[in-house]
Formats: sequence, structure tokens, C-alpha cells
Amino acid sequence: MGEKIGVYVCHCGTNIAGTVDVEDVTRWSGNLLKHRGVVLARDYKFMCSSLGQELIEKDIQELGLTRVVVAACSPHLHEKTFRTACERAGLNPYLCELVSIREQVSWVHTDKTAATEKSKAVISGGVERVIHHEPLEPLHVPIHPATLVVGGGIAGIQAALELADAGYPVYLVEREPSIGGHMAQFDKTFPTLDCSACILTPKMVQVGNHPNIKLMTWAEVTKVDGYVGNFQVTILQKPRYVNTELCTGCGICQEKCPKKVRDEVFEVGLTNRKAIYTPFPQAVPNYPVLDKDTCTYFLKGKCKACEIFCPTGAIDFTQEDEYITVPVGNMILATGYDLFDAHRIPQYGYGRLSNVYTSLEFERLCNAAGPTNGNIVLRDGVTKPKSVAIAHCVGSRDENYNSYCSAICCMQSLKFAHLVKERTGAEVYNCYIDIRTPAKGYEEFYKRLLEEGTHFIRGKIAEITNAARTTEEEGKVIVQVEDTLIGKQRRVPVDMVILSCGLEPRNDAKEVAHLFGLSCSADGWLIEKHPKLDPLATMTEGVFIAGCAQGPKDIPASVSQGAAAAARVLGRIQQGEIALEPVRATVDETRCSGCRICNDLCPFNAIIFHEDRLVTEVNPALCQGCGTCVAACPAGAIFGTGFSNEQILSQIEGLLLLNVALEPVPA
Amino acid sequence: MKEYAYFPGCSLEKMAISYNHSALETTYKLGVNLKEIEDWNCCGATAYFHVDELLAYTLGARNLAMAEKEGLDLVAPCSGCYKNMFFTQVHLNHDPDLKEHINAALEEDNLQFTGNTTVHHLLDLFVNEIGLEKIKETVKQPLTGLRVAPYYGCQILRPRKDHEDVENPSFFEGLLSAIGATPIDYALKMKCCGGSLLITSRPAAFSMVHNLLKNAVDNGAEVIATACPLCQINLECYQQQINREFNTHFSVPVVYFTQLVGLALGIKPKRLGLGKEFISPKKAFEAIATATG
Repeated sequence: MGEKIGVYVCHCGTNIAGTVDVEDVTRWSGNLLKHRGVVLARDYKFMCSSLGQELIEKDIQELGLTRVVVAACSPHLHEKTFRTACERAGLNPYLCELVSIREQVSWVHTDKTAATEKSKAVISGGVERVIHHEPLEPLHVPIHPATLVVGGGIAGIQAALELADAGYPVYLVEREPSIGGHMAQFDKTFPTLDCSACILTPKMVQVGNHPNIKLMTWAEVTKVDGYVGNFQVTILQKPRYVNTELCTGCGICQEKCPKKVRDEVFEVGLTNRKAIYTPFPQAVPNYPVLDKDTCTYFLKGKCKACEIFCPTGAIDFTQEDEYITVPVGNMILATGYDLFDAHRIPQYGYGRLSNVYTSLEFERLCNAAGPTNGNIVLRDGVTKPKSVAIAHCVGSRDENYNSYCSAICCMQSLKFAHLVKERTGAEVYNCYIDIRTPAKGYEEFYKRLLEEGTHFIRGKIAEITNAARTTEEEGKVIVQVEDTLIGKQRRVPVDMVILSCGLEPRNDAKEVAHLFGLSCSADGWLIEKHPKLDPLATMTEGVFIAGCAQGPKDIPASVSQGAAAAARVLGRIQQGEIALEPVRATVDETRCSGCRICNDLCPFNAIIFHEDRLVTEVNPALCQGCGTCVAACPAGAIFGTGFSNEQILSQIEGLLLLNVALEPVPA
Repeated sequence: MKEYAYFPGCSLEKMAISYNHSALETTYKLGVNLKEIEDWNCCGATAYFHVDELLAYTLGARNLAMAEKEGLDLVAPCSGCYKNMFFTQVHLNHDPDLKEHINAALEEDNLQFTGNTTVHHLLDLFVNEIGLEKIKETVKQPLTGLRVAPYYGCQILRPRKDHEDVENPSFFEGLLSAIGATPIDYALKMKCCGGSLLITSRPAAFSMVHNLLKNAVDNGAEVIATACPLCQINLECYQQQINREFNTHFSVPVVYFTQLVGLALGIKPKRLGLGKEFISPKKAFEAIATATG
């Protein structure tokens, strides 16, 4: 039976019509593809407008079109629009094909004649392809009401609270002993200078007490099975060696523990903790964790001071790794960032020159609960600095390390400058490339700093050294920088340098991405579905990202993303079920040889191997229809719905305009 | 015996003859034969690349082509020669048109530059080709207690992006430790010695040399070890003038690293060209003798 195909060519204002002779393309399609079933071809200024869509609907109803080809923008943008229009007119939405003559033609070419010819070929390909389309039905799957939130920083906390407050269960998994993330380490927050702990800890307490939140700290996700709506997540609960049922968080064990260990995580190496510890006083949960690698009992077989002194008998040396599997419908990843390692820039002297600090070290130095009780002093622990230099963009906006801007360092550096000035009265030198203060209240804060008399030197620091040239430089840390505003090299001798280190993806971001079926950008951040219009969802249905895991951002932006990701999940939960794209791969079991070549290729972990029958199966709810397995299968046993060999080869024939000479499709 | 094509460069013919002698003596002792390229020509020095790039690259390519003809990797003891040869190799491998153009000229000489040799600095030969283990095994008289400032200079590593640690390398220190000496840590080990600025702008160059000497001596250097003839001259020969200018009292010997290695390997000082210095290292070396008994 011959198909009745309608071709619709969009001008997209001048976006397409500026480079492509749309009328010519339309005429050509109507005439030269007539024998392939094209019964009409129209052009319109904006096909995506409601009038444009009505045009298609009317033609389907009045002329009985059985296939539709729209030549417009990329399917990423409007495929859904036109499919829905077809559906409204009673045509199965998957019988509509959108071909791109904007992103792939008009935007990338300047020669109008050639672009016009290419558009014809692209449309011809679409026509040949659409002939082979089949009506498809979306897959409906139920949504489990529980949500997994990975990462207990401010973004994860916010997401968990929004979901829990709405009445749905949440599993919040955190790798460290306490939630709080980097924000718990900070002293003040810019630009309002409110105390970071004061605004964070109430939220942490709320998480700890919330009846709908199952908080799992000192735990990590190790396995993710299932698909959107029905994930099975396996979580490793590392042994705390503390029975949380009995522990009251009194802290006697920490007091009595004789083993001191450098705290490399929360106090960034500035001070010690005990082998059994809570990272900070307001930790949530307040149960300590016993660090097996440094505990005297585990190393030498005796001590047990904690057990002896514990008033409730909560210490339990027999605890072991515990794997817990929970069902969830959606997941939010808020795994945060790592600080750029300043050792990687040896000319800045970090690790070699004692009074060069990283930004996180300085946060702890400022913090009243930190190692110096909030006194800003040099490494000797007593001397107040009389002059401090702050280096912006350390490891950021630098082709040798990370070329992106870390977004928070300018404001962070301004905050540091203010705190140094306020608490020590020292001269402060900010060495910057550009000052970037683009959010609410930020520019005002910058202005305030300018008025406070902080020195701003526009130039990237070349070197930080202790090689003195003059007597004034003796015993100082010397900052060598080109002041690009006066065009001169300067040497600024100071007592202390703070390196405003950039943000980097977590060192295991790639493994985490693989675990959850996501991918990372070239810089290593988790990739969102759309950089502008969908920064929270990912290419894997049911997995959302929030906070710095997606890219560098400050606290307000992280909180917004956490809340927004929760809202997205709530919408899903309330619908009760989700319709999935039917574009999926399926395995013809009779042709599958069980070679397993496809098994590891699937970026979404959608392929299951049946050991008993030695055949592979694709889980239709997990499959995103990428086609990797289809192409890889040596036996041709995997079939990609919507991307069959017939469809692809016909489209190629169409692109090559072989169809223009083909036999007419019998009417 | 492993063989390398040796490109001594003009300085080692006369001015830095002790570097040449000590290089040949020590490598021989360590089982390496440096075979001098028969008809080598100037490397182009600092100036030529700014005068005529095409001809400058041709000079380097000719030397490399001769090493290729022998089927040997090239070793240059002078940092300037090394840099020019290394970058000629890199540049021509990235510019096939220029390579072809230069090869047309080299054909007159029956030579062909393909770009498949490796260019080593002499220091790199000791550290990475011979290896510190081999050197440690061969040492007869370790330079125990001798505090040496390893002076890299700028051209061994700059401008490079492919080396693991261009800003704060430590392989020179490793070599000094291998021969039993104590390498001192000082901030300016990679800073320029002034190079040919001494000819064009004496005050600027003096200030650079002064900073270097001060930084090394302040950090306890008894001897400065160099790996380049120009660095050696700049650091050693102007100490008196610098003392007058800056009211200082520098008198620190500046020797080639090969001379130190040679001593540790038990080679006679005279064969290493020692005794030709302006500032004698004798006193510093005597201290080792008493230290080791």
C-alpha cells in the first residue's frame, strides 16, 4: 500500500530562509518526490507556531496523510512538538520524521545554492526513511515513591528535605561520617557574611530528625540495577564500629582515645583528630566513626580504651561491611567537587613555602571552631600577618590546568580579603585576572571591598618565592606579578599568601558516572540533558544531578538546583507512572550467539545476560535507544526500533538522491 | 658499549674545554661512547633564529641528519645547543612543508632529515639513559658532605609542556645524591643566568647573576654545579665585579656537573679539566677528603 506523505518546510524566520531557498526546496519536494508518495509540500514561516502545527493537523484530517516529514530545526528541539501535532490529528506520532535543515544546513553553510541542494537531499532522505516507519506505542512504567539522594552537601540536603517535606521517603547516602559537605567547613558565606554553620546546621538537624529521611552516612552506593521508576540500589554501609542504637553521642570515646591522627578531610591537614571521631561538633548524625586504618586496637591488637570508657557499651569491634538494597523510583546525584590541588603549580610554592595556604585551609583558619579558634595566624601558630596576598584563578582559567572559570573564587577571594582586613588589619593584595561578580548583591560587595582599601592588582601571579633580593624582602613570601594596568612587573613581599583554588570534578566522577549510567563532559563534570533548558535531568531517565557535580557553582545556585531536582522528581512521583520513548533495542534471541560483545558497551547498563539460556536481553525501560549495541552485534541479532537497517539504508539512498530515479511507489 | 652521536658545540672546543674532557671521561667510565659528529656545524646559538628562521632550522637539521645517518641518538652538553636541536626536531616534525624544503637543500650534502632521532641533553643522558642506579654502583669516592647547588638554568626545560615538572624538577638533585653529595634546595635553580645579556645589558645581567649567587650561597651552597658553558661563565667569572657593584663577598666555585661525577668515579682531577677555574673548588673538595677520611 502506498503512503501519503506530507512534506513541511520551515523558514524559521530567516534562520533557514536566509541561507536556503525554501520555496525552491518545497516545489522540488512536491514535484520530484511525488512518485515516492509525497502528495503535498508546503512551506511556512514558523512551522512550530500553533498555526504551523494546525496546518499539519488539517492536512492529516482532510487529505488523509499517513506520513509526515518536517524539515526544520534539530529533533532535539521540536521533534516532540510535531509528533504531538500528528497525534492530535489521529496519526501515530512515530510516523512523523523531523529532519534538520537548520543546525545541519543553514547554520553551517554560507553558499545559498549548495545549501538549497543539500536541504533537498536531507528531505529526500527523510521521505525514504519515513516510508519504513511503523506506528509505535510508548512504554508505561510505574514510579516507586522513594528517592535516592547521593551526597549530603547543601545541594543534597536541600533536595532531600524538599522531597521528605512533601511526604515521600528519601534515602540520603553520604560517604563521610557526617552530612554538611564543604559548606560545613566554611566560616562565612559571601556576600552577606552570615556564619556558614549557623545557616547550615539547622538544615542538617532537620535531615537527621526527619521521619521520611533514612540517613546513611559512612556509606557508598556500589550498584544500581533496574530502570526509571524501579531502581534497585545497593548501598555499602561501612562499619562505624559503633552501635548507633546504643550510642548517645556523648564524646567520651573521642576524649579517651589515645591515638592522634592528622585530619586530612575536614580540617584539611591543619590539625589532628582521634582514631575514633566525629569530624566536627555539629556533625549529623552525632555518632562517631572508628577509623580502622589508624586505630591502635586494629593495628596492634590491644587498647580498646573507647570500649572501656563507653558508658552505654556502644563500641562494637565486630561490625563488618553491610550491603543494603533499597528500591527507589528516582535518583538525585549531588556529589559535589574536589578542590584543585595547589601542589600541581610548583611555582606557587604550596607545600614548599609554609605560609602559602589554600582557600580551604584559610576557611578553617578563620573558623571559630577551627584549629586556631578563628585567629588568622601564620603556620607558627602565633604571628599575625601584617600583609596578605590573595591569588585568584589558581588552577582555573589556565590552559595548563582547567580552562574553565570556577565561578566562586572571585567572591571567595573578596570575602577572604574582608576577613583578613577586619580581623588583622593587614594590608591585603588581591591579584586577579578579571573580577567576576555577577549575582545578586555581589557587585555591591566588591564595591565595599574597594572602599575598605584592599589593593587590587590586575595580573596573574607568575611566581611565589622566598628568594629575597632586598632586605625588605628577607623572611617574606614574595609575590611576583605583572600589574597589567600600569604595565610593570611588581614584587610584593607579604607574610601570607592565600591561593584561591578552583573547583574540580570529584576524582572518582568518571566511575560514579558509569555506576549511574551517566557521562562526564571534557572537563569531567556530570553532563546534564540540556545545558540551558534542562540542566537537572540527564540522558538517563530517572537520574537527576544537582549542585557542583554538574559544574562549579556557589551556595545559592546549589540550593536552587537541589530544590529544583526535587521538584522534578515530585512531579514524576505524583504522576504515578511515566511514558517512555518506544525507540528501543530488542534482541532476536534465535540469532543471538551469546558472545556478550554488547554487554559491556551499553552506556546505560540496560543489557542483561541470561546465563541459563546463554542469550542477551535488553531491558526496554533502561534502554535509551542509542544504538551502540545494534551496531556492535556481529550476528545482526539486535534490532533498533525506529532505526532498522531498512530505515537507515533507505535514508542514505534518499540522501544520495537515488530515489529520484527510482520506480514510483505503487499507488 | 652504547653509542651516541656527540654534538660538542663551539664552547666546548676552547672556553669550556674542561666540560668536554670531563664529559668524555665520565661517560666512558660509565660504559657510553660519545662519537663526535664528523662535520658538525654551529647550532644557530641564541641570535640566528631571530635573524633568519629558515637558515637557523637548516643548521640544526643538518646536524640531526648526520646523527641519523649514523643511526644514533644525539647528545648535546650545552643547553643552548640542546634547545636549538630539540626544537628544530619538534618544529620540523610539525611542519612537513618546511621539512621538505630543508631536505631539498640537505640533498646537496647527501643528507636527509627524517626526524626520528632522539635529542638528549648530557644531563638527561646521565639521569635517564645511563641511570642513577648504574652511577651509584660505579661511584668510588662519594662526595660525602659536599653541599652542591644544582643549577638547571633555563634552557634544559624551557619552553616545554611535555616534561612532567618544568617548574620544579628534581632530577639534577637525584644525580648529585647518587654521587654522594648533598644537593641544596634554593628557589632560583631554574632562573636564567643572564645569557648573552652580559654583552648587551650589563646591569640587568649582573642583577640576575647576583640574585642567583645570593640565593645559592644563602642556602648553604659550597659549590654550584652547572650543565651549560654559558651558565658556568656567567656565574663564575663576574663574581669580583658583582662584589664591587653590590658590596658583597662572593667566592663560590662553579663547576660542571661532569667534573663532580668524575671525581666521585675516581677519575684524576686533571683529566677532568679541574685547575682551570677562576675560583678554585680545591678547598671545598679537600673538605670531602677529610670528611671521608
